[in-house]
Amino acid sequence: MSAEVIVHCRNVAKSYGLGQERVHALRGVDLDVHSGELLMLVGPSGCGKTTLISVIAGILDPDEGSVQVLGQDMRTTRGSARTRFRGTNVGFVFQQFNLLPALSALENVAVPLLILGVPRGEAHARAQTMLERVGLGGRSRSLPAQLSGGQQQRVAIARSLVHGPRLVVCDEPTSALDQETGQRVMEILREVAVGAGRALVVVTHDARTFGFADRIAHMNDGRILDVVQGSTARAHKEHQTWE
Amino acid sequence: MNRVALRMLMGDRAKYIGIIFGITFASLLITQQMSVFTGIMYRTFATITDVGQPQLWVMDPKVAYIDDIKPLQSTQLYRVRSVDGVDWAVPFYKGLLRARLSNGTFQTVSVLGIDDATLLGGPPVMVEGRLEDLRKTDGVIVDEVAAKTRLAKPSAVPGQPPQPLRIGDTLELNDRRATVVGLCRTTRSFQSQPVLFTTFSRAMSYAPRERKLLSFVLVGVKPGEDEGAVATRITERTGLQAVRREDFMWMTMMYFVKYTGIPINIGTAVLLGFIVGTAIAGMTFFNFTQDNLKQFGALKAMGASNWVLLRMTILQSLTVGTIGYGLGVGAASLFGYLARNSELAFRMPWQVLAISAGAVLLICVLSAIFSIIKVMRLEPAIVFKA
Ligand SMILES: Nc1ncnc2c1ncn2[C@@H]1O[C@H](COP(=O)(O)OP(=O)(O)OP(=O)(O)O)[C@@H](O)[C@H]1O
Ligand SMILES: [Mg+2]
Repeated sequence: MSAEVIVHCRNVAKSYGLGQERVHALRGVDLDVHSGELLMLVGPSGCGKTTLISVIAGILDPDEGSVQVLGQDMRTTRGSARTRFRGTNVGFVFQQFNLLPALSALENVAVPLLILGVPRGEAHARAQTMLERVGLGGRSRSLPAQLSGGQQQRVAIARSLVHGPRLVVCDEPTSALDQETGQRVMEILREVAVGAGRALVVVTHDARTFGFADRIAHMNDGRILDVVQGSTARAHKEHQTWE
Repeated sequence: MNRVALRMLMGDRAKYIGIIFGITFASLLITQQMSVFTGIMYRTFATITDVGQPQLWVMDPKVAYIDDIKPLQSTQLYRVRSVDGVDWAVPFYKGLLRARLSNGTFQTVSVLGIDDATLLGGPPVMVEGRLEDLRKTDGVIVDEVAAKTRLAKPSAVPGQPPQPLRIGDTLELNDRRATVVGLCRTTRSFQSQPVLFTTFSRAMSYAPRERKLLSFVLVGVKPGEDEGAVATRITERTGLQAVRREDFMWMTMMYFVKYTGIPINIGTAVLLGFIVGTAIAGMTFFNFTQDNLKQFGALKAMGASNWVLLRMTILQSLTVGTIGYGLGVGAASLFGYLARNSELAFRMPWQVLAISAGAVLLICVLSAIFSIIKVMRLEPAIVFKA
């Protein structure tokens, strides 16, 4: 693992609520994510996966510990600097796609570029290229409601990549999809998103997608139990029976 | 991102129309209520509106409004005429007299007596006959609405509608004959008595015998003279109260505002319209942004700053605000237009439009800010919540 470290977490803790209600979602997480890899975060429901990627993506502040993304300390990158940092360096894929329903596929993909102030014409051209890469070049004018779940998630993948972020976080990208579609979406994610200089963190429940991981981090009760090489590194079957 | 904001707004047709409808309704309610209020307030100074020529009204210092008659010595007229800057000054009588109709019933009428020589202060619009006809024996000019209603003659044939008062018909005022020589159009007044114009000297003969009968002195200011300065000079020289026409309207209106409950009561309705309208418009827009909270959250996660989101929200609210305002004011105008021949008091001067525009703007900006506060406080982490 000599590759560049994109995410560097040390002793990250986060709890929600107070007193009796207090929930310790993260209890001291150490994790590095390297450039060029797809890291999967797996674990039972409520173990803190979403909390962890929110912290990694810079949309949630941990109570303790340090998080560095691309060498920047998130504790000192705050407010609008943080927002700008996210806009430039982070891509998001959500379980429920979260496309803007009023915008066409093309316009949705262009949003991150528009946020960064790229002129509309250029943004649309780049969005079109990205849509072609996820195999939806012909559906650029469709509204989300006119696309299948799998197609919507591919649009969302295109959107997460269009501005060339160094870190992409995906929360359960396949769990709203049927198995076949989920596989197809993961294939596309792997093909299009994984590349030199970029790290992907994918939260998943879905054992059938473990095969797409370079490494798999197992979480339970706010902790990372272990991090193992995925099947892309060594052929195996054992992880697929996990859970 | 402005385009994105507008697409978000218009993307959901039903909701978009709902918000516009809410704001349209609000601005209709606000504009319509204020116009009715303004209309009623205008009625308080109907006589001043109708008597258009004088720039200044001169009266007893204690007079507070147009119907508050405190007669002056007739010699005051000459003293006013001698003040520098006064172009002309004419006597004006205003009083309530009882008219005896041809069938023997009585009706209180508002009698306005205008200068015999110049006929200055006469009605603004003659419908039938000419103003000069007032010089004919016993001549009076009656307002056309009253001629058709309260001054109308009962039909000779029982069961038939009354006959409107016509030129040539007669009335009695204090046992003295008055012959209708013309019909005029007047602004409806607050008390809405029939209005009857006649000459000043004839009005004196109709009025009960009193020592003083000069109600007002109407003054025209020499061209180039400052009205306010001339008014001050008149006050200094005569000790009388001299006010500009617009100020007298304002004084009269404010008297009604202060001392009669009516404007307050109507004002409450206006206020209620305002509150209801504000609530409807604000709530619909607020709901819209709450429904879009997740979308805003996604944008925020993707790097849209609070400032960008605020701009988007304000753009959205100004868009629906402008459209809703236009439709609302349009509907209010239509309402006023359709009611133009009715009893409804309705006046929509630019101030009313400006106030309702301001109100809608306020509603929009406030609801945008309220909505966005939630967006700004929004933990972008909610985007990962299913
Ligand atoms: N905003 C919040 N307020 C209070 N508690 C929260 C909040 N978000 C998460 N939690 C709690 O923190 C713990 C970890 O939540 P998290 O969403 O990170 O789990 P997860 O591993 O993503 O679960 P799942 O697989 O069901 O999505 C859970 O016990 C959850 O109930
Ligand atoms: Mg989760």
